Amino acid sequence: MAYQPVKYYQTGTFTVGNRLLPPEIRTVQANLRRTNSLNSGHRACQGCGEALGARYAIDAAMSATANQLVAVNATGCLEVFSTPYPETSWQIPWIHSLFGNAAAVATGVAAALKAKNRKDVRVIAQGGDGGTTDIGFGCLSGMFERNDDVLYICYDNEAYMNTGVQRSSATPPAARTATTSAGNVFSQGKNLPLLAMAHGIPYVATATIAELHDLEAKVKRAMELRGARYLHIFVSCPLGWGHEPDASVRVARLAKESGLFPVYEAEHGEVVSVSKIRRRLPVTDYLKPQRRFAHLFSPVEKTDIIARIQAIADRNIEKYRLVDA
Amino acid sequence: MRKPFAITLDPGSSLVNHTGSWRTLRPQYVDRLPPCNHACPAGENIQGWLALAESGDYEGAWRKLVEENPLPAVMGRVCYHPCESACNRAELDAAVGINSIERFLGDEAIRRGWGLAKPEFSSGKRVLVVGAGPSGLSAAYHLARLGHEVEIHEAGPLAGGMMRFGIPKYRLPREILDLEIRRILSLKVKLALNAKVANVEQAMKEGRFDAAFLAVGAHIGKRAYIPAGASAKILDAISLLRSMEGEEKPMLGRRVVVYGGGNTALDVARTAKRLGAEEALIVYRRTREKMPAHDFELEEALQEGVLVKWLSTIRQAEAGSITVEKMTLDAKGFPQPTGELETLAADSVVLALGQDVDLSLLNDIPQVEIKDGVVRVDPGMMTGHPGIFAGGDMVPSERTVTVAVGHGKKAARHIDAWLTGKRYGKEKGELAPFARLNPWYYADAPKTVRPLLDIVRRQSTFDEVVGGLDEKSALFEARRCLSCGNCFECDNCYGVCPDNAVIKLGPGRRYQFNYDYCKGCGLCAAECPCGAIEMVPEEI
Repeated sequence: MAYQPVKYYQTGTFTVGNRLLPPEIRTVQANLRRTNSLNSGHRACQGCGEALGARYAIDAAMSATANQLVAVNATGCLEVFSTPYPETSWQIPWIHSLFGNAAAVATGVAAALKAKNRKDVRVIAQGGDGGTTDIGFGCLSGMFERNDDVLYICYDNEAYMNTGVQRSSATPPAARTATTSAGNVFSQGKNLPLLAMAHGIPYVATATIAELHDLEAKVKRAMELRGARYLHIFVSCPLGWGHEPDASVRVARLAKESGLFPVYEAEHGEVVSVSKIRRRLPVTDYLKPQRRFAHLFSPVEKTDIIARIQAIADRNIEKYRLVDA
Repeated sequence: MRKPFAITLDPGSSLVNHTGSWRTLRPQYVDRLPPCNHACPAGENIQGWLALAESGDYEGAWRKLVEENPLPAVMGRVCYHPCESACNRAELDAAVGINSIERFLGDEAIRRGWGLAKPEFSSGKRVLVVGAGPSGLSAAYHLARLGHEVEIHEAGPLAGGMMRFGIPKYRLPREILDLEIRRILSLKVKLALNAKVANVEQAMKEGRFDAAFLAVGAHIGKRAYIPAGASAKILDAISLLRSMEGEEKPMLGRRVVVYGGGNTALDVARTAKRLGAEEALIVYRRTREKMPAHDFELEEALQEGVLVKWLSTIRQAEAGSITVEKMTLDAKGFPQPTGELETLAADSVVLALGQDVDLSLLNDIPQVEIKDGVVRVDPGMMTGHPGIFAGGDMVPSERTVTVAVGHGKKAARHIDAWLTGKRYGKEKGELAPFARLNPWYYADAPKTVRPLLDIVRRQSTFDEVVGGLDEKSALFEARRCLSCGNCFECDNCYGVCPDNAVIKLGPGRRYQFNYDYCKGCGLCAAECPCGAIEMVPEEI
């Protein structure tokens, strides 16, 4: 485990901070002097999971690198809502080029820093699932293969939200999008954390916005290592998924607790730790609050499709040993 | 500044974009009333003192506790803790052991000798308190802290009332009681013992008192007519328990029958066991479910070998035996006789059928209304006679030490208002039910169980049955508190806001919303563990 939950401090390490915990094991987010890398005034929707996830991750990276950080951003919601010309919400050196080339640009930035012998300055590339799993995948795979010294963070909200909720290769089976009005087809999907692991890079991890301590520990671990690293963060999207804005953290929590989104970390292609499910739930608990899955429940409940989704969760739980036997 | 091609504007920060204008719902910090505080008959701020105990500040916690209740070590032993019955944590695993933490704080205060500050202010008003039971002592304590001169007139030889003459030693050791009474008297409260007040008005005139609080308790055991032979030994429970405080222990014989189903009946049966009775049998006319005694007390009594004969009444008592009749419950749940009789051996019969109040001190005051043997009081605890207040067992209420202590406090605050020409009223906040919490954030933590005395010693000695918690388990237990409805600075709102619209003000100062940027998504309210944030419609 990347971090050990503290028991019996009323809420232990489940909350962001806790006045009873020693400061060194509180989160970066609990700190009065966190960088707020993604600052107020950005134009993300109410309750945006991606805005939350990006601040969590980049603040943690800033803390881990003594603020010596450059971020390269792919096109997508995160780029659009944070930098409408001429404003920016970023309080870090930040660069955007094209939709599909974030990994390549980051490779270039890392190469430039190497040429200037600036080992202290670290590079992060970040993008949504569209810019990562579809459009940017070629560049990303190359970055992995060359083991360039970049941490690539994918904020996965499972569709192209910025342009109006179109299907991506990260859209889960049965989810309704603007381009899959009857629900996404069942297929193999594109599991990017596993593809990243297949490259044998030093570090691959998944996280959700519902478990801040885990997320921060993974960013910190990633910044301790050199070479190509990949962090896949599950971020909910109230607009595209059709849930209440105040449910963003809860939906992410349900994704993990149902087993649909396994949270783990891997080094050099091998899983080294998993975040266990605390209270196992059926997938319907996760599906029901989201309108993109409403067609599974009305006018008639599509029990066969729900059973197939449950089978995915069960398979994850078995494969990653998400529940203690 | 010369700008590159196609660039016309200077770079700027998104802080110019006040996204607060999107908001239709506005988050607000609230303090809700925790169910424990709501249920406490003594009106303690339980959540408040637990919050201090959680951080290991036991003295601070004790001081917060005694703002409302001067008898924490007594409470931690004899209170029936309605707070725990109301505790939201019961929905997760088990209620927080509030009573055991209260006892820990009370004992810690005694061990470390924490004292009370003398009142700084003197109002020049004199108040007479009649009766040194829990209600009278509590009133005296609060009146003294409010700067009034207090004199307690107690009819008995010692202070404590039912805490001394009704509750057996194995539940409340007398040295604990004495220490907490002495602490109250240290606030310049005068105590006159063996000073029965025959007439209140006269006593007030003689002592130049501006107000009086009456709390004489209910010390007269109720009798029931039981045909009895001349040599049958019949006693009443309250006299029996009182005689336990004297030099001569009562003689009950080998087989003791107790008639009644309240806590007093259990106290008597358990006392009889400890006095050497081979058999202590409770005869009660209804069933266990209908028994007014608390279940945990019955459980402890049964462990000690007390027997209970359910659905039975005593028809007749003779020397050495009684005749009981079997009862049956009718459709409405009332016991009805069946005519089936049985003879049981009994050397003595103790009646534990409730108590009446000796109201002779009010005989000559016509304005004071008496109904069903108790004194009517208004919501401010005042009787029909201006300036004369009453509380405890002598007014209509549940007869427990905690209720009595609560009456004393309430009366003291109303007496203070009456004396100074103010009005005393307290707004009770909105309750914090379990549904308002986000229990995900609370770590699993089972309740700490208090040690129980060895069964053999419980049957033969008056040693205290229930033990206390050590510091480690008391701290653990305090930290099980969910802090329902009151911010405990977990930083969740500060963390989960996607718009950095929560300002953290630093330890002890909580948080503030930045409404310039808050979009009103409600994540802070949804993820607040203790329900201390509410979303209200924005006025447009």
